[in-house]
Formats: sequence, C-alpha cells, structure tokens
Amino acid sequence: MAPPLRPRRRFRQPSVIPGFGLTLGYTLTCLSLIVLLPLAALVVRASGLGLSGIWDVATDPRVASALRVSFGVSALAALTASLFGFLVAWVLTRYQFPGRKIVDAVVDLPFALPTAVAGIALASLYAPNGLVGAQLAKLGIEAAYTPVGIYIAMVFIGLPFAVRTVQPLIVEIDKEIEEASATLGAGRLHTLTRVVLPPLIPAVLTGFALAFARGVGEYGSIIFIAGNLPYVSEIAPLLIVIKLSEFDYGGACAIATIMLGISFVTLLAINLIQAWSRRRFGYV
Amino acid sequence: MSEIATELPRQQPASVITEGGLVRGLLIAVAIVFLALFLVLPLVTVFVQAFAKGWGAYLAAFHEADAHAAIRLTLITAAIAVPFNLVFGIMASWAIAKFEFTGKNLLVTLIDLPFSVSPVVSGLIYVLVFGSQGLIGPWLLEHDIQIIFAIPGIVLATIFVTFPFVARQLIPLMQEQGTAEEEAALTLGASGWHAFRTVTLPNIRWGLLYSVLLCNARAMGEFGAVSVVSGHIRGLTNTLPLHVEILYNEYNFVASFAVASLLAGLALVTLGLKSLLEWRYAGDIAASGRRH
Repeated sequence: MAPPLRPRRRFRQPSVIPGFGLTLGYTLTCLSLIVLLPLAALVVRASGLGLSGIWDVATDPRVASALRVSFGVSALAALTASLFGFLVAWVLTRYQFPGRKIVDAVVDLPFALPTAVAGIALASLYAPNGLVGAQLAKLGIEAAYTPVGIYIAMVFIGLPFAVRTVQPLIVEIDKEIEEASATLGAGRLHTLTRVVLPPLIPAVLTGFALAFARGVGEYGSIIFIAGNLPYVSEIAPLLIVIKLSEFDYGGACAIATIMLGISFVTLLAINLIQAWSRRRFGYV
Repeated sequence: MSEIATELPRQQPASVITEGGLVRGLLIAVAIVFLALFLVLPLVTVFVQAFAKGWGAYLAAFHEADAHAAIRLTLITAAIAVPFNLVFGIMASWAIAKFEFTGKNLLVTLIDLPFSVSPVVSGLIYVLVFGSQGLIGPWLLEHDIQIIFAIPGIVLATIFVTFPFVARQLIPLMQEQGTAEEEAALTLGASGWHAFRTVTLPNIRWGLLYSVLLCNARAMGEFGAVSVVSGHIRGLTNTLPLHVEILYNEYNFVASFAVASLLAGLALVTLGLKSLLEWRYAGDIAASGRRH
C-alpha cells in the first residue's frame, strides 16, 4: 500500500472569512513601525556598546546602586502586594459584605489613576508634615525621600496585578473539593493550606512577577516621593532620564538594556510558571 | 441507618467551606483598612489639597494659558492615539481570532510587548530613532521635521504605551465567539464588510467600549514615556500630567493638585463606567469571565 500522503503544511488554514491579508498586513505594519523598529533601535544602539560597554555602565557605582534600589525594593513591594493582594482577592470572592462591589472597583484605582497624580498625592501624604508621614515620624520612620517611600509607591502600583491574577482562580475553585476535605475530617485551616492554597500558588507567583516587573519599570508615581538622592533613593528609570538629559545616549541605552534583560527573564519565569501550572493543575 | 443520620449534627452546607464569623470579619477589616490606607487615601488627598485654599485658588489654576495648552495637548494626543489603537485592535483581533495561522502566539506576545516595557524606556526608544543623535535624526533635521520635543513624539509615545489595550481585550472575546455567525452571514450573501458591521461589531461592542475606556485613561494620564520625548516646553509640549509635575516642582501645590484633580476625576469616571460595564455586560466584555 502506498504511504499516506503527508498533508502539506500551510501557513494558514483555509477559511471562508475574508480580510485575512488586509487585517494581518495592517497589524504587522503597525506592529513593526510602532513597536518593533523602535525597540530594534535600542538593540542596535546597545550592541554598538558591546557587552563590555554595558558591563562598564552597570558597574558604575551610581548605576549599580540605582539598579539595586529598583530591583531590591520592587521585590519587597511585590511580596507585600502579593500577600495583601491574596487577602483582598479572597475577601472579595469568598465573603459577602456591604460595599463589596465598591471595594472591588477600588482595587483598579492604580490602573486608572495617572502615575504623576498618584506620585504627588503619595509624596504629600508621606512627607514629614503630611497626614501619614507625621505619624510615621513619631515612630521614627522616615518614609518620604527614602527607599521606604519608593516601597510605598511600588506597593500602590503593584497591588491590582496581585489581586487580579489570583481573583479569577479563587472564583473557579471547586467547592466540592473543599467539602470533600471537610467531610474527610480536615479542619478549616488544614483544608486551606493543603487543598485550597496549593493550586493557587502559580497565580500568586504570576501576580508577584507582574507586580515586580511593573515596580522595576515604574517612574511617575515614584520620583516625587523618592527624593532621588544618588546612591540612596535613585531608581534606574530616573537614571535613564538623567543620562538622556545629559545626551549620554549610550549610558541610557545600557541601563535600558539591563532593565529589559531582567524584565525578559521575569517574563520567561512567568511563562515557565504557567507552563508548569498547566501540566500540574491543568490551567493557568 | 436512618437513626445514625439523624444523630449527626445538622450543619448548614456552607459552614464547612468558609471561615468562622470572627476570622471572616477580621480578614474583611484588614483588607478594607489596607485598601483605604494605600489606595483611597492618596485619591482623597488629591482633592483635599486641591481645595486647601478654597474655590478661588482652585479655579485660578485653570485660568492660565499654560493650563489651557496642556488640556488641549492632552485632548489632541488622546484623540489621535485612541482611534489609532481602536482600528489597530479591531484589525489585529480579526486576523488573530478569525483565522488559524502559523506564528499566531508569537504575534500575540509581540502585541503585548509594550505592557512589559518601562514607560521611560518606551520614550527612550523613540528618542533613539527620531532624536538629534538618533537613527534618522540627521535626516529629519535636514528636512526640518521635528518629532522629538514636539507633538508627534508625544503622540507616538502615547500610541506605544496604549498599543495592546484594545487588541488584548478583543482577541480572547472574538476567539470565544468563533466564526459561525460570520460564516452564516457570508453564506447568506453579505459582503465581508457588511458581515463585520452587522454581525461582529454588535457582538463585541461592549468589550470594545470597555477597552477604549481603559485605553483613553492611560493615553491621557501617561507620564513617563511622554516626559522623555516632550522636552517640557511650557505651553507647547506639556500634557496635563507634565503640567502637574512642573507646578509641583515649583511648589505651586494648590495649582498642581487642582490640575491633578482633573485627572483624578477622569480616573474616577473611568472606574465608574468600567464597573458599570462589568456588572451589566460581564459576559460581553471578557471571554469566560477572566478579566486580565
């Protein structure tokens, strides 16, 4: 018998719907002009510096300190956002209380509020003479113009990411599994830690990674509260702006490349977490 | 058998799968206090500071040529960036949701790319292309075309940061709706454009409105990317968020917060409409209830 014909691999499955060429062509043109070409300009510029050039910029004490502040504080802030984000998501999906829908809407405030507005509001709240800052000062905590201020701003902008990645999964938890666990004699805490929480871990990690990546890149809501002291509370994005204003395009590109590189690794980590989650739990 | 069943304590079915009343109350309290402190208080501060010296001082912030110019520029920017991304989003989601082709996942990832780029880097890449030392900067200079430190740069940077908004909302929605309805329309003799207008568009209208709302909020509020390409020329290349920054750095707090209150008001309206759409048309906005 003749071997079965291998189906010819085609670029596109046949369809009666029209407009494929037009819409895909338009999409690719816009994507290339707006996103890919400008990003390629950065890659070209950075490759002109070479690895050693980028390394020189990265090890410059001021740049290294800014990168440390950006990534270190963002990790702490993302951790906080994940913890409280989980709590908020749990409360919003599992409990009924008056005003629940309003609280749910409030979670998206950092998405909707322009970052500069959030920035000046946080700065005036946490300044030594501000509403919260004055109270913190009594406890001996300086919030504004220190890394603590950066942390507060990063928690603010990271929170919705943490809540919104976990929330849909809490909604989808099969209550029968919890009932089964309870019927088999597990206490509530036991059920929560052994049955409910484990499948949510990938979503929590994804939320953490998103909040972390957003915190590292954030600019507007941080610069007002940070005080921007070199070596203390200067963030990497601000240093890019400073380098640009000095027309040091190479330096700006090097910092941007390092940040993009680390963000890329973060995104990769998210994808790996999700792939692992799909294998382990059957969903993202 | 029946005797054993009646001896078991009768419990409400819900009580085994939730926490005790005290724990529940405590968790709700912690969540609400946290949100009030971290999210609501900054918002309230904007309005408190804006009205700190009364209505007169508040309104004075808007009786100023620079403020008018900033409002105008913000409106112009949004008026270009939002329709551009609306058309792009519809085109992209038509190609991606209605057809099967190789490399689709890569395309979706690339469309999402601007979301994972820092706003400052988003501005930087345009400076690298169009700036005086940029790739085509010298050519632009020769032909006397100004993009960076001018309105085109601001518009481009805004389009970049809002690029994925409409597409990423519509793609899963249109994927879930499939192609059966369009195929039926085509079989009945409708042209492709007619099928899109009368079949697809009504199906996606709430999702479209939802994404345009969010896209607009970001376009009007973008700070980092626009700040890098704008050059901060008062009255010429300052958008509202940049105007807020300048006033704040000049210690003109009342005016700064007054202008900020305008943007905060926009955010509140956006959130209100967004929640309204979510409650009324949840199924028509997002695919299978997933929100992000």
